[in-house]
Amino acid sequence: MPKTVDEVAEAMFNMVKDAAGQKKLKAMDLTKAMNELFAGEVDKKLCKDAIRKLVESGRCVYTYFGGSYIEIPHREAAAND
Amino acid sequence: MSENKSETPLLDQLEEGAWPSFVKEIKMAAKKSPMAKDLLGQLERSYKEKISHWKHGGIVGVMGYGGGIIGRYSDLPEKFPGVSHFHTLRVNHPSGWFYKTDALRKICDIWEKHGSGVTNMHGSTGDIILLGTKTDELEPIFAELQKIDFDLGGSGSDMRTPSCCVGQARCEWACYDTMKACYDFTTTYQDELHRPAFPYKFKFKFSGCPNDCVASIARADLSVIGIWRDAIQMDKEAVKEYAASGLDIGRDVAERCPAKCMEWDGKELKIDNQYCRHCMHCINAMPKALSPGKDRGATILLGSKAPIVEGALLSSVLIPFVKMEPPYQEIKDIIAKIWDIWSEEGKNRERVGEFIQRVGLGNFLDAIGLEPQPEMVAHPRENPYVFYEEYFEEDGQEQGK
Repeated sequence: MPKTVDEVAEAMFNMVKDAAGQKKLKAMDLTKAMNELFAGEVDKKLCKDAIRKLVESGRCVYTYFGGSYIEIPHREAAAND
Repeated sequence: MSENKSETPLLDQLEEGAWPSFVKEIKMAAKKSPMAKDLLGQLERSYKEKISHWKHGGIVGVMGYGGGIIGRYSDLPEKFPGVSHFHTLRVNHPSGWFYKTDALRKICDIWEKHGSGVTNMHGSTGDIILLGTKTDELEPIFAELQKIDFDLGGSGSDMRTPSCCVGQARCEWACYDTMKACYDFTTTYQDELHRPAFPYKFKFKFSGCPNDCVASIARADLSVIGIWRDAIQMDKEAVKEYAASGLDIGRDVAERCPAKCMEWDGKELKIDNQYCRHCMHCINAMPKALSPGKDRGATILLGSKAPIVEGALLSSVLIPFVKMEPPYQEIKDIIAKIWDIWSEEGKNRERVGEFIQRVGLGNFLDAIGLEPQPEMVAHPRENPYVFYEEYFEEDGQEQGK
């Protein structure tokens, strides 16, 4: 049965949260992981919509450290107050 | 020694000479902007110590977007508080960089209100570059830019803001409407522009003819270069006028043709168009006499990049000729396949040109469903081993040598 955007977004959020501080994840990492987790129940469009939902809700943010990643919002070390 | 010793003696040297100086511009901005004043101070210190005092900020941005903002912080915030935050905005430029003066005034008003007042028109990406603002000002700037119909451009691992030459707006040699194509691709790929999902950056550049005024062959992952496939148009009377005015057509035009497809007998210029390499040399030398043919379109090339992770690459031919007519579906279908395979198999920070080198052009063409063509050969083969699929039977037994 196809997954909903909310279900995929939640699974992605948990993955990003668990990886925080250990590994930075790119959009494609999340998409590939969802394809494995929900084999046959998700497609690229659904994963794209889930990422967009996470970012537009503020639960995740795009970051750039050589490449672009998706992370939990946090105060970066370089920031000046 | 003078009592009025300059605070920026090294930067002052960069105001010398005939050319416009960025130091002069920043000094003018510094008269009313504390950010610009501290920018001068920090830059002078960097010249003196020969090190940068910028720190990279990787998390700043506007809600929902993953590109368009490049974060910078000073590592001397107590000494230069004005540049403690000094983020850059990339603003998506209009095709061909045409503006009404009113639009430029509005952008500058926004930037003087919320930023340093220092701009870079335009950056090497093509975008309008607004240099230096604080994190808290990013959302207000974004909101005000949107009110005047401007949007942020690309940065990070996304599709970068497409750019083009002025094309048919000002150039007689444009073989297609570059500005229309650039605008179409920019609007089609808004999601890819604002939400980074690729292994690394991906750039489009549209040039109207092989003169390639936006250097797409060296700077764009996907270069769209205008071309013609019939004969060069020639005004024979104008050729004679060039000869009469002193142009040595034999030496300066025919002999410099890389394909040697031209002959000048002192009276008449003959071109064997089947060997023409479309280098534009003869057309550039005699613009009143020669011009591109009438059957016009574009060549699509893939893979160029500047040296960052690996060395520089030039684009090579992917589609030798395509008619450039909206909605450009043939090109967009190929782009979708390229992005699919590159996103799926590309390594982190691997440009599409590097990806092709790693997997091999044959495998890449196979993956995107294009048949190999002679025009795709960029240079003579380096590998002496040749394998032909027809030499193998279905069970894998070798049939011939």
